Amino acid sequence: MSDVNREQPEHFEFDEISEAEITKILAKYPPERKASGSLPLLYVAQRQMGRQTGSAWVPVVAMDRIAERLEIAPIRVYEVATFYFMFNTKPIGRYHLQACTTTSCWLRGSDDVVTACKKATGIKHFGETSADGLFTLSEVECLGACANAPILQVDDDYYEDLDGPRTEALIEALRRGERPEPGPTIDRMGSAPEGGRKVLLETVHDASGSGQG
Amino acid sequence: MVRVIVDGIPVDVPAGSSALQACEAAGKEIPRFCFHERLSVAGNCRMCLVQVVRAPKPVASCGFPVAEGMQILTDTEVVRKARRAVMEFLLINHPLDCPICDQGGECDLQDQAYGYGSGISRYHEEKRAVTDKNLGPLVKTVMTRCIQCTRCVRFCTEVAGTPELGAVSRGENVEITTYVEKALTSELSGNLIDICPVGALTSKPGAFQARPWEMKKTDAIDVMDAVGTNIQIQARGGEVKRIVPRVNDDINEEWLSDKGRFSVDGLKRRRLDRPWVRVHGKLQAVSWQDAFVAIARRLNGVPGSRIGAIVGDLCEAESIMALRDLMLALGSPNLDCRQDGALYDTSSRSRYIFASGIAGIDEADALLVIGADPRHDAPVLNARIRKRYLAAGRSGFPIGVIGDVGADPTWACERLGDGPGALRDFVAGSHAFAEILKNAKKPMIIIGQEALAREDAADVQALCTQLAESVGAIAEGWNGLNVLHTAASRVAGLDLGFLPRPGGRSVRGMLSGGVDVLWLLGADEFPVHAIGPETFVIYQGHHGDAGAARADVILPGAAYTEKSGTWVNTEGRVQRGFQAVFPPGEAREDWRILRAVSEVLGHTLPYDTLEALRERLRLGNDAEAVQPDVPGGQSGLDARPFTSLTQGYYLTNPISRASPTMNECARVHAPHTAVAAE
Repeated sequence: MSDVNREQPEHFEFDEISEAEITKILAKYPPERKASGSLPLLYVAQRQMGRQTGSAWVPVVAMDRIAERLEIAPIRVYEVATFYFMFNTKPIGRYHLQACTTTSCWLRGSDDVVTACKKATGIKHFGETSADGLFTLSEVECLGACANAPILQVDDDYYEDLDGPRTEALIEALRRGERPEPGPTIDRMGSAPEGGRKVLLETVHDASGSGQG
Repeated sequence: MVRVIVDGIPVDVPAGSSALQACEAAGKEIPRFCFHERLSVAGNCRMCLVQVVRAPKPVASCGFPVAEGMQILTDTEVVRKARRAVMEFLLINHPLDCPICDQGGECDLQDQAYGYGSGISRYHEEKRAVTDKNLGPLVKTVMTRCIQCTRCVRFCTEVAGTPELGAVSRGENVEITTYVEKALTSELSGNLIDICPVGALTSKPGAFQARPWEMKKTDAIDVMDAVGTNIQIQARGGEVKRIVPRVNDDINEEWLSDKGRFSVDGLKRRRLDRPWVRVHGKLQAVSWQDAFVAIARRLNGVPGSRIGAIVGDLCEAESIMALRDLMLALGSPNLDCRQDGALYDTSSRSRYIFASGIAGIDEADALLVIGADPRHDAPVLNARIRKRYLAAGRSGFPIGVIGDVGADPTWACERLGDGPGALRDFVAGSHAFAEILKNAKKPMIIIGQEALAREDAADVQALCTQLAESVGAIAEGWNGLNVLHTAASRVAGLDLGFLPRPGGRSVRGMLSGGVDVLWLLGADEFPVHAIGPETFVIYQGHHGDAGAARADVILPGAAYTEKSGTWVNTEGRVQRGFQAVFPPGEAREDWRILRAVSEVLGHTLPYDTLEALRERLRLGNDAEAVQPDVPGGQSGLDARPFTSLTQGYYLTNPISRASPTMNECARVHAPHTAVAAE
């Protein structure tokens, strides 16, 4: 924790976009319970840093601003921000690659995804940022999209049903500045079967009279 | 009341009690780390597991409310196994460094490991290690020893009112930290050392000095403020090693201010350990006899009206009594115990003490603070105000302030102005807060020294009394007009009538040549430089401070740890402290010095023992003989705001000024220069 004070910007003020979001967020809570706004406001600050500096993280000054806004002690915001791994308390790369390695993804080949990420970005270990400053690779717990395992979350977007080559292609596309459409990277719609429907191919009225499904 | 059966013993406990409290009521000892009587319940250490009949598994008794007819078992095989398992987990990451740990010998974890530890470890993986944090000059951290009970976090947030500590990160990575590496700003931070159940938070100045079982323990009274905190002085080999609080629910609960705890190292520095006499402008070491002769020679032929005496802030009642008797015997009307020049309404004792008592804060339902800064004047008392403020819930305990309570008094307040003008307007007008006070059942007004140590104090006090009467603060069964003193000796001085007698001079009158001979009993907190150049100054005290530097004769006295004495705190409570160690060198107890001088001067004081002096104390209150200060009204109100009389919190008396620790604190917490903890 001794490196907390390093790399920290001196100032942080919410910009207009953030202010508009904050107004909306705080309207949801009774004034004496506005401490509940800690989590959404941390997201607001992190996104604003992403917009302004290309690195979506929450510096200490931003947490101090949030504490002021919510009239709570700064340490209460630090506690929340460090508890949830969704908040980056240190600067990260332009793209945050979050590889799920929990059971479902692992069984479906998350090791390949991780290897591809490392290969394509040159990152050696989780938590590091690539030399070009574009990518930070993190290992995350279940992202709740097991039906589409394995998954790589890039910033706020899920890229699903990945394998090694497709992961590399995705990272190359990101490197070129493109943002491929999120969702499955194979031929399927959401978590529907690959290649289209497999069951209930007949229309309902063809089976009229049976009455029992 | 709810009836519960603990191990077959039926006990009645109030509804809403926890199972742990019920077990204690039945005389059962429940091991615990995170639970603390004066903090909120966290329930995260799991050490207090007990079995509740018909509950599917052991329950954490600290957070488990009792129900009628509940049967609790505290000593079954299930409970023992569960606690042993909890202990094993706690010890997984706890280092085996008890031999070099300052908590050793008074460590909850160590003690309970004897009862529930397994003796061997089944853990072969790597232990976790945590970086130590710098929490400032007072609290040392060895964070690898931390078991995350979060008592310190709760203490800072709830009692101290300075939420700076927190538990950051999660799971195995949890750390107790300020996150941004800063010194704790609380004046109660030393209590973190007491509440930490392991050796994670220990005393930084006292590190590696002594073991708890080596200490000789003596009960005493803290003199760093006027609260009269009950303390225990722990000494080894004639040296005071540390001071810890004793529990007294009426005064300090179980807290002690940082100044009271950490000024210890000032007790062996800059001490006056032998008599000195100034000869041709230079101080020379002399014998007691020579010092007495020098005094007797100088006093010879001086009329009583040209002799004066000033009592300092740390003196005990015995020496005040002895000095008063000596001065009256010499025919001097020039007595004063108010170094800061404060004026008190001495018409009745209840007018110059904290009349409602400190525990009265718990009953008050509205508070007006006038010219006081409780957080710095009396940190422990301020914790009481904060406790009341938190207990009352959102805006349930309205607090108004006239004067300066600093940026963060640790409670929310309505700032009504900064000086006597605001007070006059408040008393005259119909301010919304006046209505709140009026509607309160037990309104409380606290008047601080900032409002009384002024030219217009008489008028300020008259206004306060008028206000108190109009809002019902002085009523049958409730006296909420309180004076918050800052000097430990002040109420005793007032009680004993150590005030100018008819025709006598006050401190100010004695300066600039107002008297020919000036006796200072530990008095350093007044403009010493304003003493007339021709005035012969006798300084009797324990530290080489401002008074001793100006003195013509120095009589080395005893500090509060070195004498048995009686102190009267701000609420007028008479308490006795005992002698823990001997004064250094040739220094002597102050009343003995005065008794010895009196003999040389031919006015032998009529007591030879402390018991006889105390008998005299009991009879000796003649405060009525003193000319009353208030009501006055000669000067009219001054426009100056109520401003602090001291420079900061840490260096307010000769002992704390001699203390390297307190100087370091003053440096770190210097106002307006944000010095980060290195």
